[in-house]
Amino acid sequence: MIYWQLFFAFLQIGAFSFGGGYAAMPLIQSQVIDRYAWLSIEDFTALVTIAEMTPGPIAINAATFAGNQVAGIPGALAATVGVILPSCLLVTALAYLYNKYQKLALIQGILKSLRPAVVAMIFSAGLNILIPALFRSGSVSFAPGNFQPLMAAYFLGALLILRLKKKVNPIAVMAGCGAAQLIVQTVMRGG
Amino acid sequence: MAGSVPDVKGRAPGLPESRGAILKKLFFSTLYLSAFTFGGGYVIITLMKEKFVDELHWLDEDEMLDLVAIAQSSPGPIAVNGAIVLAYKLAGVPGILCSVVGAVLPPFVILTAVSFFYNAFRSNFVIQSLLSGMKAGVSAVIISVVLDMAGGIARSRDIILIGTMIAAFAANYFLGVNVICIILTAAGIGAARTILRERKKKKEETDGGERK
Repeated sequence: MIYWQLFFAFLQIGAFSFGGGYAAMPLIQSQVIDRYAWLSIEDFTALVTIAEMTPGPIAINAATFAGNQVAGIPGALAATVGVILPSCLLVTALAYLYNKYQKLALIQGILKSLRPAVVAMIFSAGLNILIPALFRSGSVSFAPGNFQPLMAAYFLGALLILRLKKKVNPIAVMAGCGAAQLIVQTVMRGG
Repeated sequence: MAGSVPDVKGRAPGLPESRGAILKKLFFSTLYLSAFTFGGGYVIITLMKEKFVDELHWLDEDEMLDLVAIAQSSPGPIAVNGAIVLAYKLAGVPGILCSVVGAVLPPFVILTAVSFFYNAFRSNFVIQSLLSGMKAGVSAVIISVVLDMAGGIARSRDIILIGTMIAAFAANYFLGVNVICIILTAAGIGAARTILRERKKKKEETDGGERK
C-alpha cells in the first residue's frame, strides 16, 4: 500500500539523517528518486530550491511534498509521521541516557566519524543536482546543445559570491539566479 | 520511550506551576519559531535558547547546551530534535506531542500549498524560468556548504577521517553503494576507534599506576 511505502521510506530517511539540514538530502534522493521514483530529479531539484526558500527542515518539506505528489494529503501525513517518528524515539532515549550517564564518549566518537561520510554524500547529492543543471542530457559532455553555458555562468557567479562574501544570504543568491534566467529567457523569447 | 516526567520542580524559577500553561507555551513557541525561521536547524536552536533561557528562564544555559548536544547527536531534523528534547525536559511525553505538532505544522501547511501550486504552475513560463535559474543557484549553495564542511575535515589532519570522506564519496557516487550502508560503515569505524582509544587510555592509566 502506498501509505505504508511512504511511511517506511521516510522512516528510514528520519532514522539515518545525522547532522541535520543537508544530511537528509542524499537519503531523500536514494529513497524518493532512485528506489520508488516518486519524484524526478527535476522535481527533486525544485523541492530542494523550495525547501531552501521556505522555513522548516528539508526532511519535513520533502515528506510533505513527496507525500502530496504521490498520494495527496493522507500521503503527506503518512510520510511526515514517518520522518519524525525516529526522532521522537531516539531523542527521548538519548535524553534519558544522557541524564543518566552524562558523558557519552561512544556516541561522540561515532558522530565524529559519521561527519566525513555525510559530507561526501551531500557532495554526491549536490553533483546529482548540478550536472543535470549544466548538461541537458544529465551526463558530462560538451557536445553542442548539451552543455548550457548560461547555467554554468549562473552557477560560477553564485559560487563566487557565496565564497567571497561571507555574510551573504543564500536565498538572495538563488533568487538572483532565478531572476537572471527569467530576464534572459524573456529577452530571448521577445527577440 | 523513557516514560516518567523528569524532575521539573526546583530547577527553573520561571517555570509556571500549571502543566497546561507549559504545554500551551511549548506549542505556540515551536509553532512560531518553525513558521518564521529561515536558515535551518542551527538558527532555530539559537532562537529556542533565546526564548526559553533568556526570556522565559525555564532552563539555565548549561542545561540548554546539553539539550543542543543531544539534538545534534540524534538523526532527523535538528529543529524537531531540539523541540523534542526541550519538551521532554520541561513537560515529559505530553510536551513532546505539543512541541512536535507545533514544529511540524507550518512546513506541512506551506509545502501542501506549494505542492498544489507546483502542479498548476509547472508549465508556466515565468515559474519555469525562475526555477531553472535557481537550479544553478541552489547547486552553488550546496557546493559552497560542502566546501566549508570538507575544509573543516581536511584541517583535522586525521587520515582516517579524510580517507572515510573520499571512500564514502567514491562508493556513493561512482559505485552507487546504498546511503544507509555507508552511514552504518562509518558509524562502525567510529565506534571501533572510540573503543580502542578508551581501552588504550585505561591501559596507560594502569601502567602509570604500577610504575609509581
